[in-house]
Amino acid sequence: MAKGNEARTRDDGDLAVAEPEFVQLLTPDGERVEHPDYSVDFTDEEYRDLYRDLVVVRRLDAESTALQRQGELGIWASLLGQEAAQVGSGRALRKQDMAFPTYREHGVLYCRGIDPIMPLGLFRGVDQGGWDPNEFKFNMYTIVIGAQTLHATGYAMGINMDGKIGGDDGEAVIAYFGDGATSQGDVNEAFVWASVFNAPLVFFCQNNQYAISEPLERQTRVPIYHRAAGFGFPGVRVDGNDVLATYAVTRAALDNARHGNGPTLIEAYTYRMGAHTTSDDPTRYRIAGELESWQARDPIKRVRTFLAKHQIADDTYFNEVEADAAEQATHLRERVLSMPDPTPTQMFDNVYPNGSPLLDEQREEFSRYLETFAGEAH
Amino acid sequence: MATETLTIGKALNTGLRKAMEADPKVVLMGEDIGKLGGVFRITDGLQKDFGEDRVIDTPLAEAGIVGTAVGLAIRGYRPVCEIQFDGFVYPAYDQIVCQVAKMHYRSQGKVRIPMVIRIPFGGGIGAVEHHSESPEAYFAHTAGLKVVSCSNPNDAHWMIQQAIASDDPIVFLEPKRRYWEKGEVDTSASLADQIPLHDARLLREGGDATIVAYGPMVRVAIDAATAAEEDGRSLEVIDLRSISPLDMGPVYDSVRKTGRLIVVHEAPSNIGVGAEVAARVTEECFYSLEAPVLRVTGFDTPYPASRLEEDFLPDLDRVLDAVDRSFGF
Repeated sequence: MAKGNEARTRDDGDLAVAEPEFVQLLTPDGERVEHPDYSVDFTDEEYRDLYRDLVVVRRLDAESTALQRQGELGIWASLLGQEAAQVGSGRALRKQDMAFPTYREHGVLYCRGIDPIMPLGLFRGVDQGGWDPNEFKFNMYTIVIGAQTLHATGYAMGINMDGKIGGDDGEAVIAYFGDGATSQGDVNEAFVWASVFNAPLVFFCQNNQYAISEPLERQTRVPIYHRAAGFGFPGVRVDGNDVLATYAVTRAALDNARHGNGPTLIEAYTYRMGAHTTSDDPTRYRIAGELESWQARDPIKRVRTFLAKHQIADDTYFNEVEADAAEQATHLRERVLSMPDPTPTQMFDNVYPNGSPLLDEQREEFSRYLETFAGEAH
Repeated sequence: MATETLTIGKALNTGLRKAMEADPKVVLMGEDIGKLGGVFRITDGLQKDFGEDRVIDTPLAEAGIVGTAVGLAIRGYRPVCEIQFDGFVYPAYDQIVCQVAKMHYRSQGKVRIPMVIRIPFGGGIGAVEHHSESPEAYFAHTAGLKVVSCSNPNDAHWMIQQAIASDDPIVFLEPKRRYWEKGEVDTSASLADQIPLHDARLLREGGDATIVAYGPMVRVAIDAATAAEEDGRSLEVIDLRSISPLDMGPVYDSVRKTGRLIVVHEAPSNIGVGAEVAARVTEECFYSLEAPVLRVTGFDTPYPASRLEEDFLPDLDRVLDAVDRSFGF
């Protein structure tokens, strides 16, 4: 190994003592702490709602993983461990804001008020998304790593061009991506463009410590949020397992953007407790003790502790939330199982808005071919 | 009919101007297209008249140009991206193939990306590496993209407006070595009166053999037909105009009449447009063919140093040689 690589090896697995500097408002032990720049002012009901979101999102995710294990989904990208990063940032969006997700933002989708069944067709293989981004203010899942950050930037440039900026009713955009994506050219180009065009955009990086199997050290030698400085806009690191801090930091960055003050890079420091996708085997690359140390920083447990301690919620509430989550999961399962398969000739639809003679020929020819099997069981 | 004599470059410039006047959502994006007017001056004067929000000098990043244009399109804009030279489109290739081409399909028809990607393409200008390439097959192979190329000023003027008005994502290939060639442009006509963007055009009638070309090679095909006439051979010339989809009807009609077909393009032959045309003519016109379909193309080398490009590029003599070979069967 070349000299210098030594500095890049992971120091140890004891992350409980290696916690980096970040904005935190709720400690892993459920203690509310103050921060000079960020705060939240939630009612008890809002605190309870945040807890419900976190629990439901985790439960739906578990159901989807189970559906994949039972062969009902082709693949699933679990968000386990990242619930606070997604619920905090998702709840921070205002109605007029637009989100550009990766393929893991099921929690953000849920917080946008979107039916969680919507992306399941993609994972079952009956469609590839199929929703209207403008209807939901939530772009389709993007599978190519980092590509959506440029779409978000262009969309945000359009907000400037439309003059929908400068006041509380201004629009802002959030672009989601992971730590691995920060190595992509598209993401770095998006940083340049957002900066020079002063786009109303929040880059929200969920640093979940791994790009499939490769640890953060393979992507960067500086903290991700430090990169923003080189591009000319602020970067901030937040405890991504703290839903309150994530909400506060994201809300501030979005409001800053909508008022015409340009982009922010948020690094939500979190941990992917599950596999990259159901096709992955994290036991091959995780460091011993790592998962356990992050379980001690679980994003949901700390909220529950906080709610109970301050008598904002009691066991009756927690039990009701569990039951609600289970019911939603059952409902989701039923609807996944009843998703119809597309018909073969549907593959020829919607390739072009204006159609194509070549596709018309192929559709017709393939239909005729299929008809030769009419009456037979394939 | 009022016509003006314009170069292809100027015909594109006036076509872009009309498209911008017709629809305030049309925005131009690219490197050096604003103050400079583009390295080929195709956008000359447009930023001055339409402002910096509609003629955007972008950072020097092609994936960024196309990627941000996708976002603008989702928001309702009609971006027209200029890629400075053919060989510089590849950084944007992922965005074009994975996003521009597939977003309509991915959304089951709910998203439209009415984007035009203008690329000056082909050789013949004595340039250094990466400035003379013919990448059309890469794009024509991709479902969800349409690919067209103009060959004369009138088509340049109208096809660019048709492409911008279309909701399909279109790769618009401009024959850069022909930018300065002049021709009559019927500027008083209306967009609706033009032949459809994806129709081929019969340019010259003849009965002995058919030459099919597009973009910069149409001029070569016509010159070959003129020269062949002196040898007593009557060549029919078809300008494909659209590379994806191909408008094969006029080609089939012509081949059924002549029995001989030569396809001409600058791009290398291997797995190229000529191969597709040949395969489809063989499927549809098998009993009409008097000779195999022949291709006159660039060689399967990287585009060579410019002192060799006259040897690389198909020219009149190579086309006539192919005509002779066709008659040798």
